[in-house]
Amino acid sequence: MSTSTGTHCPYCALQCGMTLTPLPPAGARVGPRDFPVNEGALCQKGWTAAALLDTPDRLTHPLVRRRRDEPLRPATWPEALDLIAGRLRELRERHGPDAVAVFGGGGLTNEKAYLLGKFARVALRTSQIDYNGRFCMSSAAAAGIRAFGLDRGLPFPVTDLREAETVMLVGANVAETMPPFVRHLRRARDHGGLVVVDPRRTATAELASLHLAPRPGTDLALALGMLHAAVAGGHLRHDYVGARTGGFAEAWRVAARWRPEEAERVTGVAGAGQRAAVELLAGARNAYVLTGRGTEQHSNGVDTVSGWINLALALGLPGRTGSGYGCLTGQGNGQGGREHGQKADQLPGYRRLDDEAARRHVASVWGVAPEELPGPGRSAYELLDALGTSTGPRALLLFGSNPVVSAPHAAHVTRRLAALDLLVVADVVPSETALLADVVLPVTQWAEEEGTMTNLEGRVLLRRRAVPPPEGVRGDLTVLRELAVRLGQPAERFPDDPEEVFAELALASRGGAADYSGLSHRRLRAGETPHWPCPEPGHPGTPRLFLDGFAHPDRRARFTPVEHRGPAESPDAVYPLVATTGRTLAHYQSGAQTRRVAELVRAAPAPYVEVHPDTARRAGLADGDLARVVSRRGAVEAEVRCAPGIRPDTVFVPFHFPGAGRANLISNPALDPVSGMPEFKACAVRLTPARESSAREIPAHEEGS
Amino acid sequence: MSPRRVVVVGYGMAGARLAELVRERDPRGELVELTVVGAESRPAYNRVLLPGVLDGTMTADGIALHGREWARDNRVRLLLGAVAVRLDRAARVVHLADGPPIGYDALVLATGSRPWLPPVGGLTGERGEPARGVATLRGLDDCARIAAVTGPGVPVAVLGGGVLGVETALALGRRGAGVTLIHPAPHLMERHLDPTAGMILARLCHTAGVRVVTGLTAVRHYPDEGVKLEDGAFVPAALTVVTTGVRPETDLAVAAGLGSAEGVPVDDRLRTADPYVHAVGDCARTGDAPSGLLRPAWDQAAVLADLLTGAGPTARYRASPPVTRLRAGDVDLTVFGASHLGLDSREAEVLGYADPARGTYAKLTLDGDRVTGAIVLGLPGVGATLTQLYDTGWPAPADRLALLLGRTPPPAVDDDPARLPGSTVICRCNSVTKDDLTRAARATGGGVTALVRATRASTGCGDCLPKVRRLADPHETTGTPT
Repeated sequence: MSTSTGTHCPYCALQCGMTLTPLPPAGARVGPRDFPVNEGALCQKGWTAAALLDTPDRLTHPLVRRRRDEPLRPATWPEALDLIAGRLRELRERHGPDAVAVFGGGGLTNEKAYLLGKFARVALRTSQIDYNGRFCMSSAAAAGIRAFGLDRGLPFPVTDLREAETVMLVGANVAETMPPFVRHLRRARDHGGLVVVDPRRTATAELASLHLAPRPGTDLALALGMLHAAVAGGHLRHDYVGARTGGFAEAWRVAARWRPEEAERVTGVAGAGQRAAVELLAGARNAYVLTGRGTEQHSNGVDTVSGWINLALALGLPGRTGSGYGCLTGQGNGQGGREHGQKADQLPGYRRLDDEAARRHVASVWGVAPEELPGPGRSAYELLDALGTSTGPRALLLFGSNPVVSAPHAAHVTRRLAALDLLVVADVVPSETALLADVVLPVTQWAEEEGTMTNLEGRVLLRRRAVPPPEGVRGDLTVLRELAVRLGQPAERFPDDPEEVFAELALASRGGAADYSGLSHRRLRAGETPHWPCPEPGHPGTPRLFLDGFAHPDRRARFTPVEHRGPAESPDAVYPLVATTGRTLAHYQSGAQTRRVAELVRAAPAPYVEVHPDTARRAGLADGDLARVVSRRGAVEAEVRCAPGIRPDTVFVPFHFPGAGRANLISNPALDPVSGMPEFKACAVRLTPARESSAREIPAHEEGS
Repeated sequence: MSPRRVVVVGYGMAGARLAELVRERDPRGELVELTVVGAESRPAYNRVLLPGVLDGTMTADGIALHGREWARDNRVRLLLGAVAVRLDRAARVVHLADGPPIGYDALVLATGSRPWLPPVGGLTGERGEPARGVATLRGLDDCARIAAVTGPGVPVAVLGGGVLGVETALALGRRGAGVTLIHPAPHLMERHLDPTAGMILARLCHTAGVRVVTGLTAVRHYPDEGVKLEDGAFVPAALTVVTTGVRPETDLAVAAGLGSAEGVPVDDRLRTADPYVHAVGDCARTGDAPSGLLRPAWDQAAVLADLLTGAGPTARYRASPPVTRLRAGDVDLTVFGASHLGLDSREAEVLGYADPARGTYAKLTLDGDRVTGAIVLGLPGVGATLTQLYDTGWPAPADRLALLLGRTPPPAVDDDPARLPGSTVICRCNSVTKDDLTRAARATGGGVTALVRATRASTGCGDCLPKVRRLADPHETTGTPT
């Protein structure tokens, strides 16, 4: 009889605990497991996760093709790896090391993220590496570092939220994106203290006692109006601001201009609503401000998050037990993924690539000279945008990402991928991006391998192997090792045992911001789930950061003076609506996994556009009609779903679907100047019926009948 | 190329904003060498917040727009306490009362406005300055002067029931002063409000402790005693605060042959008749746009900053329609556009709702689906929505009643599961419908645990558990009343 293994969900950053029991000959059954973040609860994605293990189109052989117009054909591992290594050598010789780029993902384990960064910098010597977390976490991360000197999504355990009387969720639809999280909001809800900021009346907004619905792209004006309301209402915590922060005066001088009535005219949120939210935050014994992608994925995302942090600081929330600011990380390993060196500008331990001391330390762990390490490279969208151009990379190795669906201006990105000399995709299933590749490498997933994840609260978890992988697939670590050896690296420099890689990662992170040096698989196997930093083997970890000081040299948090500017694209006569994108409960990210789970497809089978009934009617559309949402970059086709709770000037499109239903066909790749975050959450569009020809089709049908 | 020498006369809200926006476009001063001449001795502050300083919710420091180091940090030559006295347009030089003259390549008049005092006996001194016992509210010095006199119980008269008058009266009321607001028109804010709205606003003022006298003109002011009205009545007042409007400050411009007492005319590039001289803010006159409002001043500053730095050579100023917001204590008022039309109007569709006892009033004017005017009192969310519809020209929702009263859509799910149709999703986290639960209840014989195990309902966020419990009872699932 098979025994069950305690593990974690393959999807979001909550990393709910679950058990997996193998069901020979293939597949497994998910069971509940009591774990602090989910207390045994799971959403439909979690309950059905085991279906991923025996999905019919699972990749089990490498696939290759010599020319793009040929079909992919099965190949052996040595053939595929030799082919890749040969082409990479050739391209590097002819065009230099930056001709080869690497793209990672926020779903990769810590070990993979770490080894991928090392592989790029040591085996490929390329500066051209970034990952899809640039599309999720980079704005909150940059603002967090600016304010606190350190970025850990939640600098407190998620369970601390249970004691809060007020929780303000800004651009975070947790009731759909991480349902078990809602359990921690009970007290705030009972207290009438759940505040939700969202242009839509989302499932989460339905739970709120106060819902503020700003026009998309105006969140910073709202944050400034609320900071003004906090100060004018006498809620500024002078003692805290004086003792624990710096820069208030400069930040306030901007906010001094933003009377809530000014912010009201820009955002559409009543000044009275802004004051009411501030009073709920200021009047609570424990209160939190939490941001999500809705407020972060903008071309001013970093400043917008700074706006919310400024508000939290003015109210004295961060760095106090039972209160604070946090960002709700999205991807499964969105937190760990940004710490171990797969980011364009980073080295392991959340160190900066342009920091000489950091370069020396990491180079010594890697056994190379510091000057051999390349400098910072392009950010994710800039990297994708440069592929196959005269100055850009000619080869791309892609791990754990599906940019054909998930990158902004997706049609353009697809063209750039097609312009490459070599595209290699390592994946579990034939994702939309894998189907474009020259070489596809079938790799292990989630329950078939060992690896650590760092969840949204900085808790390091061991995701254990629960079932054997199908024959023919290899782990990503093995793939990297095999490629490195073929590129002339000593095998021992690229271990493929996750435990060994983790030990090296811990060493490389020592002394860094995200210090894992006290952690080991052994400790995690024994049942511990400590929060980083954990600098010593005997160290219990750090569930709560900043209680005795922030991570700047003077121990003070920083206000940042930030001024509102609107989205890169404003509505006009031709594109009168604002489109915003996001998630729906049944699916995860590009949907490459969840669209292969029958129950989830039944729950959410097709792309849709959520639109106010008045707006639909004016566009000549009714509930259920097929509509085209057209922006300057393209059009997405989706079924109309009328919702009276959305702003009439806004439409919403979920981004999980492929082909003509790709929300990112319309999204705007305008980037935040600091983080490189694209503006997923606001672009100008118009709404039309999908088939203008349908009028012609009806008579034809009548003729036939 | 040496940077262009730009001199801004006036360091109020328009001048300060212009200087900021120039530096935003030219942070290192490579394009523009900037001099700002300010008559007051302190850094610029937000005048709109003066009523807040008066009632004590804000401090003088708290409304500052710039710190002491702002000018140095931003490469701005800032002259405080400096008064520009003469403009020599031929030599392109501005002379100060004190100190050497300043040459310019472009001069910007941002001299703002000054309070206007009505011709009431005893209100002004010989040179037109406020008499003893009379104050205006234009700057922080005025605030300090008023605050020094108006403690709790002190009688104060406020002359002029426009926006500033009402805000000032309410702020002084919050300080505990015994305030009488005197307004010659039949109702408050008559330029903006219809009689009903004016009446409700007066009631709200009364509730806040402010006595309102309308339809009567003040005829004489007696220092330390008060104000006599046209009907002979006497309003005792230790201080009389005059809020009867402002006039553009144009002395410098008029003496230089630019403009009149009504303002300095400018084109859409904010240029006066002299192409080297610009004007922004209250002192500028663009078409027939009203002065004394903040938003036009800031919009103008942005356009002029684009032009002066060359960052946006095609920038042009287009007046946006003004929206008047009054907020003081519990009074929240939004007015814009065609606010005077009555319900019987033939020119437009007009909708109205009035509840004087509770201090709420909403009136909406539409041309087809387009919002053309509104008065909203005591319904702040409605005001915000209507303002956006007015600003963007977006068509008004079909449900006019909801629009007028600001009702939010009803929750998606009824609380009583028995009344719901079978296809309703009860557990969103696991996509479980009422039918799924009903079927499971029959199959398992009921009981919450069995139902949860069979359907996974309530195992996500847990919110639907009470409904699942009710549906677990077979009586409930059939919808039979118990």
